[in-house]
Amino acid sequence: MTASQARNAGLPIINLLRLKGMPILQQLHLEERLLRTSSENWCIINDGTTRPTIVMGVSGKAKELLETDAVLRDEIPVIRRFTGGGTVIVDQGTIFITFICNKDAISGLQSYPRPIMSWSSLIYKNIFQGIGEFSLRENDYVIGNHKFGGNAQSITKNRWVHHTSFLWDYEVSNMGYLKMPTRVPEYRQARNHVEFICRLKEYMSRSVFIDGTMDAVAAYFALRSPDVDDMQNPSSQFEPSSRILTRQELGEEASMELVGTVSQTSYMAAISSTFPTSKVA
Amino acid sequence: MATSLWATRAASYLRINVPCRGFATVLNDLKYADSHEWVRVEGKSATVGITDHAQDHLGEVVYVELPEEGSKVEQGASFGAVESVKATSDVNSPVSGKVVEVNKKLSDSPGLVNSSPYEDGWIIKVELEGDSDLPCLMDPERYTKFCEEEDSH
Repeated sequence: MTASQARNAGLPIINLLRLKGMPILQQLHLEERLLRTSSENWCIINDGTTRPTIVMGVSGKAKELLETDAVLRDEIPVIRRFTGGGTVIVDQGTIFITFICNKDAISGLQSYPRPIMSWSSLIYKNIFQGIGEFSLRENDYVIGNHKFGGNAQSITKNRWVHHTSFLWDYEVSNMGYLKMPTRVPEYRQARNHVEFICRLKEYMSRSVFIDGTMDAVAAYFALRSPDVDDMQNPSSQFEPSSRILTRQELGEEASMELVGTVSQTSYMAAISSTFPTSKVA
Repeated sequence: MATSLWATRAASYLRINVPCRGFATVLNDLKYADSHEWVRVEGKSATVGITDHAQDHLGEVVYVELPEEGSKVEQGASFGAVESVKATSDVNSPVSGKVVEVNKKLSDSPGLVNSSPYEDGWIIKVELEGDSDLPCLMDPERYTKFCEEEDSH
């Protein structure tokens, strides 16, 4: 549909950005910049990221949420993102889908957390019709009573972002870096990570999921491929807040600091090479 | 009827305006922004928080991001955020000025924003600067109507 056809149909335009293997820190920086400096609607689909990376919400505390000794030993990057919510570990098996919208983009939708999640669940419900028992359960996307996607949001005066990391596939060993959080939904019922989550690949292929999402989005928006210029804002002084935590922030003892100076440098160099366009803390 | 009259007098004494359809509480001595923050102005000082309507729609607040004391705030611009139900939501200042105090209790007890949005859940105190446009803020009646219209969509 052309832009003029979309306007005639009364549908707002959304820029559809298809990515593959973008490092998650780079994706978060892009999202936060588009939220704060763009006035357009965006749907970003990133099919897999690079190396396994832990991503905590804005208020996450590493010592409470992570097995930090193992994280430090294995040099797993830990990012604190700009949205709320819990902790995920993402890798090549993760499919990321993000909506960045003006508050009046969806007719009648109030820009508060629960209404936004209710709307987004309608998008994904369409994809699972006849395939699996999808629902939004205590703010989680589930099939039956197994979670398959972690979602989070950030809401400004006139815009909001809702992003999800879907577990198309995952490594069981990676879940070992995450502790059981203190705040859990009731339906989790003390299950550990592996018992609690499921793989989307057991239900559909990556392309069926991604194509199904785009079809569902097309019911609310006219999809448009963005110009590269739409994503740049050279005049903006905007500095994204999502960042990689240092070894000290992950709880490495201060007494180890002298010994750790070299290891901190090599740690940051190692993870920086995977996030080539990002600043690190 | 007598009970209703008592309730009305009690509400008036307590400076509470409780609309009859049971919407969120709105206090009579405050001004309100369309982004659901309140401000209590006393001379050159102001206290800012989020309204009962806002905390009700946001859900349980689990974290409050506070600005630095001494930093500047600008009317209509974001100065911090609250986290609830997996979302960070900007808190915007209804006035311009300098932050002279932040509510440090919110670091350990963010739920005060839910339980006491107009008293113990205050977020910042501001020393006003001359360019705050107070008349553009809503009085309690207008804010009540604004909330009703928003919720009716």
